[in-house]
Amino acid sequence: MFRLTPLLIGLVFGLGLVLSGMTQPAKVIAFLDVTGQWDPSLAFVMVGAISTHWLLYRFIMKRPSPLLASAYAIPSRQRIDARLLGGSALFGVGWGLGGYCPGPGLASAGALSGQALLFVGAMLAGMGVFELVEARRRAPAAGASQAQPELQRADA
Amino acid sequence: MSPSAFIVPLLGGALIGLSASAMLYLYGRIAGISGITAGLVRPVRGDIEWRALFVLGLVAAGLVGLVVSPGSFAIGVERSAAAVISAGLLVGFGTRLGSGCTSGHGVCGITRLSKRSLAATMTFMVTGALAVAMVSLVFGGRV
Repeated sequence: MFRLTPLLIGLVFGLGLVLSGMTQPAKVIAFLDVTGQWDPSLAFVMVGAISTHWLLYRFIMKRPSPLLASAYAIPSRQRIDARLLGGSALFGVGWGLGGYCPGPGLASAGALSGQALLFVGAMLAGMGVFELVEARRRAPAAGASQAQPELQRADA
Repeated sequence: MSPSAFIVPLLGGALIGLSASAMLYLYGRIAGISGITAGLVRPVRGDIEWRALFVLGLVAAGLVGLVVSPGSFAIGVERSAAAVISAGLLVGFGTRLGSGCTSGHGVCGITRLSKRSLAATMTFMVTGALAVAMVSLVFGGRV
């Protein structure tokens, strides 16, 4: 009975994005246009999302484990490093350039927007490129020496 | 600003928060779109179905939106194919390198008061604003 629940969760998330205006690149760009004709309305999307999640979060986390899984899978890393900041910086540039972040891009692709379909294709390619780069980083060369894993740990 | 200009985004945001809460309550997971999607780009056996269903739900929401309110997908800005492709590549690569996007860092992370997510969100907001300012000042808003 719970098998299709992730579909429902995704649907609600997507409807939230559509309703809030996040699927309109011009609106997103106007929100980021702080030096021009700034449109602050999308700030309320974050206010609505964070306050709703914050309110429920405290009750949810009182349970020792989630309902349908054995344990919570919540990121525990604390360190602010170059990867976090560099990656976020690149993401921001792409977001400002196209007006889509990943969720609205996917929802707009579902609405058969040609521009969003192109964006999503490129986004998936960008994720693929990241995986390739990471795979190379993890295993720099075929037949690499035993010392390699140690080196990787040092710069991870 | 008319009341609906902030009440509608507020309601949309509430749905997003509700969805993120359901994900946490049922599966103990963060509703981070880039992370969930990336798990389909490099699939791991046994960790595919829920991701595929979630993404399918997002896409289905677009289809529902198209029927109910086609204006919700207006582009409204001039962007060449090259610009859109560049944007997609940057978003895909950047969100993986930075471990999250607007949902995972901006909504879920900030709710948990994660310092990493706060730093990430401030960073992509600033570079997003810089990109928009660049496009507007250097290229006259068309790129």
